[in-house]
Amino acid sequence: VRRSDCLAAIYPELESRVVVSIMGSLAIELYELGHRPNFFYQQHGMGLASSVGLGIALGRPDLDVVVLDGDGSVLMNMGGLTTLARYAPPNLTHVIFDNESLLSVGGFPTATSAGADLAAVARGAGIARVDGVDTLDGFVEAFRSAVSDGALSTVVAKVEAMLPPTFHMDLHLLENRFEFARALRRDAR
Amino acid sequence: VPVSASGSRAVYDALKALDVRIVSALPETWLVHLIRMAEEDPDVSLVRLAKEEEGVGISVGAHLAGVRSAMLMQNHGFLQSINGIVSLAMLYRVPLLMLISDRGHLGERDPWQTEGGRHTRRVLDALNIVTDELRDPATVEHQIRRAVSLAESSLAPVALLLTRDLMWQEPT
Repeated sequence: VRRSDCLAAIYPELESRVVVSIMGSLAIELYELGHRPNFFYQQHGMGLASSVGLGIALGRPDLDVVVLDGDGSVLMNMGGLTTLARYAPPNLTHVIFDNESLLSVGGFPTATSAGADLAAVARGAGIARVDGVDTLDGFVEAFRSAVSDGALSTVVAKVEAMLPPTFHMDLHLLENRFEFARALRRDAR
Repeated sequence: VPVSASGSRAVYDALKALDVRIVSALPETWLVHLIRMAEEDPDVSLVRLAKEEEGVGISVGAHLAGVRSAMLMQNHGFLQSINGIVSLAMLYRVPLLMLISDRGHLGERDPWQTEGGRHTRRVLDALNIVTDELRDPATVEHQIRRAVSLAESSLAPVALLLTRDLMWQEPT
C-alpha cells in the first residue's frame, strides 16, 4: 500500500478538518495533493505532532482534528499515547502510517521492522478504538469510521517506504503556521 | 508536605485572571497544590503528562487554536523539554508560558536536585529565554501578567522560576 494513495483516498475528508502532519515525505505528499489553510506541516519537533493535535483538540472541541503521524515519530513519543488515551478528546483522530523506516533521513529501519506493533502499543496505552490495517480499502474504511465515531480513534496503516520525487514545498513554515492559526480562528463557531 | 498553599494560590489566581485554559503538568512536590487547583477547576483542562516535552506540543497546539495555556514543570522537566522548545516552539515562533520549579538552588537539601539546579539559569540564558523569578505572592500576578505580554508580543517562550521563597514553607 502506498501512503500517497491512502492520502489521496481520504483527501475529501481532510479538506474540512484540521490536519497536523509530520515532516518529510508525508508532509510533501499531502501538500502535493493540494494545500489548504487548515493543514499544518510540522517540519521539526519530531514526535510532538500528536501532542500538538491534543492541544488543538482540547482547546477547540468544536473542530475535528486529524493527526497524520509516522512510526519513527510515534516511537519517539510513545508516552504521549498514554496522555492521548487519558484525555481521549472525541474530536481527535490519530493516523499512524507505519513504513518501518526513517525514510526521509536515509531509510534506516525502525523497531516496527523488527516486530514492534504500534496498534498493540496504542491499545496497551489505553486507546479504546484502534484499527490496524494493511490494505487501501481497509484503510479508507477504518479512517471513515474513525472520524465519524465520536471518540478518540487510532488507525495504524502499514505502508511501503517510498520517497517522494521532491521535498520542495513553496510554503515557508512560518507562513504555514500563521495561515493555519488564522484558519482556525476563522472557523470559530 | 510543606509546600506553600498561599504561594501556589497566588500563582494559580494569576493564571486564571489571564484566562489560561489549558495547564499541562508533570507532578512534582512543589507543584502539588497548583496541580490540585487545576484539577478541581471546571474551567481549566489539566493535562497530566508522561514526559514534559509533550507539554510543549500541547501548548503549541493550544496557541495555534487560539487558547492560552501554561506549562507546570520542574527544572529537570525544562531540561528534558529543550528539543521541543527549540525545534517546535522557537522554530515556529510560538509563545510558551513555562512555570518552572526552581529545585536544587540555594537552600536545597536534596543532593539529587542540586546538579540540575546549578545549570537551570545558565541553560535558560543560553537559549535566550527571558526569565523572571517569582518570590513574593504580592507581586506574582504582576510578574506573570508581564511574562504573558512579552511571550505573546515576542512570540517566544518566557520562563518564570517558582523559587523556594515562594513555594516552600519550612515545617515549624
